[in-house]
Amino acid sequence: MGFTLAVGTFLQHLINGLTLGAIYGLIAIGYTMVYGIIRMINFAHGEIYMIGAFIAVTTFTLLLGAGVTSVPLALVIVLAISCTFTAAYGWTIERVAYRPLRTAPKLAPFISAIGMSILLQNFVMLTQGARSKSLPPVMTGGITLWHDGDFSLGLTNIQMFIILLTVALMAGFTLVINRTALGRAQRACEQDRTMAALLGINVDRTISLTFVLGAGLAAVAGVMVTLYYGVIDFYIGFLAGMKAFTAAVLGGIGSLPGAMLGGLLIGLIEAFFSGYVSSAYKDVAAFSILILVLVVRPSGLLGRPDIEKV
Amino acid sequence: MAAPIPSPTGPAMPFVHRLREAVIAGLVAMALAVPFLGLRTVNLDQGLVVQANLAYVPLAGAVVFLGRLILGLLAAPLAKAAAPLATWRPPAGAQRLRPWGGPLLVLAAAALPFLPFANRYVIDLGTTALIYILLATGLNITVGLAGLLDLGFAAFYAIGAYTCALTTTQLHWGFWPALAAGGLASSLFAVLLSLPILRLRGDYLAIVTLGFGEITRIVILNWQGLTGGPNGVSGIARPTLFSLTFDRRAPAGGHTFSEVTGIAYAPEHRLIFLYLIILALTALAAYTVARLRRLPIGRAWEALREDEIACRSLGINPTMVKVSAYATGALMGGLAGCFFAARQGFVSPESFGFMESATILAIVVLGGMGSQAGVIIAALFIVVLPELARGFADYRMLAFGLAMILIMIWKPGGLLSGRLPTIRLSNAKPKPVAEAA
Repeated sequence: MGFTLAVGTFLQHLINGLTLGAIYGLIAIGYTMVYGIIRMINFAHGEIYMIGAFIAVTTFTLLLGAGVTSVPLALVIVLAISCTFTAAYGWTIERVAYRPLRTAPKLAPFISAIGMSILLQNFVMLTQGARSKSLPPVMTGGITLWHDGDFSLGLTNIQMFIILLTVALMAGFTLVINRTALGRAQRACEQDRTMAALLGINVDRTISLTFVLGAGLAAVAGVMVTLYYGVIDFYIGFLAGMKAFTAAVLGGIGSLPGAMLGGLLIGLIEAFFSGYVSSAYKDVAAFSILILVLVVRPSGLLGRPDIEKV
Repeated sequence: MAAPIPSPTGPAMPFVHRLREAVIAGLVAMALAVPFLGLRTVNLDQGLVVQANLAYVPLAGAVVFLGRLILGLLAAPLAKAAAPLATWRPPAGAQRLRPWGGPLLVLAAAALPFLPFANRYVIDLGTTALIYILLATGLNITVGLAGLLDLGFAAFYAIGAYTCALTTTQLHWGFWPALAAGGLASSLFAVLLSLPILRLRGDYLAIVTLGFGEITRIVILNWQGLTGGPNGVSGIARPTLFSLTFDRRAPAGGHTFSEVTGIAYAPEHRLIFLYLIILALTALAAYTVARLRRLPIGRAWEALREDEIACRSLGINPTMVKVSAYATGALMGGLAGCFFAARQGFVSPESFGFMESATILAIVVLGGMGSQAGVIIAALFIVVLPELARGFADYRMLAFGLAMILIMIWKPGGLLSGRLPTIRLSNAKPKPVAEAA
């Protein structure tokens, strides 16, 4: 009895951690792709995710107002609209704030990205208001896997949706990177931009598309978080962005499976640590594990070590 | 978006091209404006409602279209007009005046509170600016000289502030011993933190420092017993001048400044005193850095920034060099933190978030890495600009972010990057890719 209860609690934390980790992982992919291709920490990526979440809230509210009651239909529309507009934001940000700094000293794009992050946060605060937005639950219900007295181990529909969609997106993404012309172009640019350009790859276009794809994934994460928590505000991008970036580094920045693995790990650490130890210190746990991992493996779990050339 | 659009500063772009570019920019702006300017979710009692203000959408498009067009047309004449500025060098005689620049600046700054226009507001603003100059001078050692990107500098600031707060409130120390303790504690922390992470390079190092910054903040926030958690610590000792206080009435067994000097009591005296303390601290820090740069340790910092392998092969111990850079930078951060705590009389974890680290880093980079004059100019800019824009209240942070982007695009090396970055060693950097594509 006591034993089974312990197992049940453990599994519940596992499910919650996986859900959270999936969201972090999707954001982390945007960091890792951009870093891989232009060696830049896109600090504004968390804001992109926040923008995706806001567009999702607006679209959901519009759909509710228009009387759309079919949940799958609403989800498809919201995902499509949020991804489209957020991707447009991602494209514009790269075009306006980062492209002019492509050959600048290393820290210049980073500072520009911090500026962009402040700009976007305040833009959203001014246009949408500083109060948090809460949405009525769109997706309800779930299944009870197992119950024992008062305790029940549940998997909500939202959690299933998040985990399945993330798995599908990851699979699709791996195919895009490994099998398509765009993926080849991205990998070529990652290795050597000048050489790729000489071989006829449109480098600017490849970088733009990288930002578009990353922003699209961040928008999906934004939609998920809107569904999962039901409350967002203009400040959510900062913390989520920081954790996702941590996840990307933990997995080895530049590595796509690494980003996903890092995201899952950060999500799991958070869920287990707040479940078993203390929720106030869950971020301390995440960062401490990051530091420990980096001390042992300086280029992350799945990252390739940098080869120093003299 | 597939076609490479020529850069706006290109030699002679036909007007049609510019027009096309501006139209595209305007259309994109309209698309982006729809979900935020055009539609606004409003909280009502019964839930969210979407309000449509679609008139803003074409407005945004028009503004961006015109802005892009005018900027494109003006770029070439402006660049032409600014060309002589870029090659301007001070006359030969001015070089001899250079060593006097620093002392003169300090004297001018010291005279500021006694000028007729100096009111409480100006002195306060000056004090804040000087705190940031001191912080950025410290970070400049780590980032600008030693080339170690630090995204968690606010941790050292926080440790200095809390050391000061706790030693004065719990142990009843005075301000001056607490100041020394704050600097040392911060420096000691930097040594402890830097030891395990010295193997890391570049961005990995950056994220770990970010992690340390956050850990410090979260621990301060949650360690209620020691730090008071979110409520902070209040009642921090004010600075004294040879044990004279700047209060209206003397504490038991003490004297006030006005009693001893016979100058009538004025509340501004304390502000002026604080201003002069931070000015002295900052001037001392700047002087120390200037001297350190000429010593072997300072040269080792810069050498390490340029090429770690070359340094090692020349017998420089990278560990010692890195640790000393962190420790010296953190010392200044700690002093600034301690002064900040004593000035406010109150500290809370809110003051030491990541945005604080980012602001200090922005000062270093905007000013031009490694440049002391750049740090001063950028700190004044960062502190004074939001104050000037106070009339626009809500829009000031928007403008602040925008200004950061624009300055970086305009001068990617920082405002004063006169000292050519010797990072050009591996100058096999690609030509701007736009040309190659």
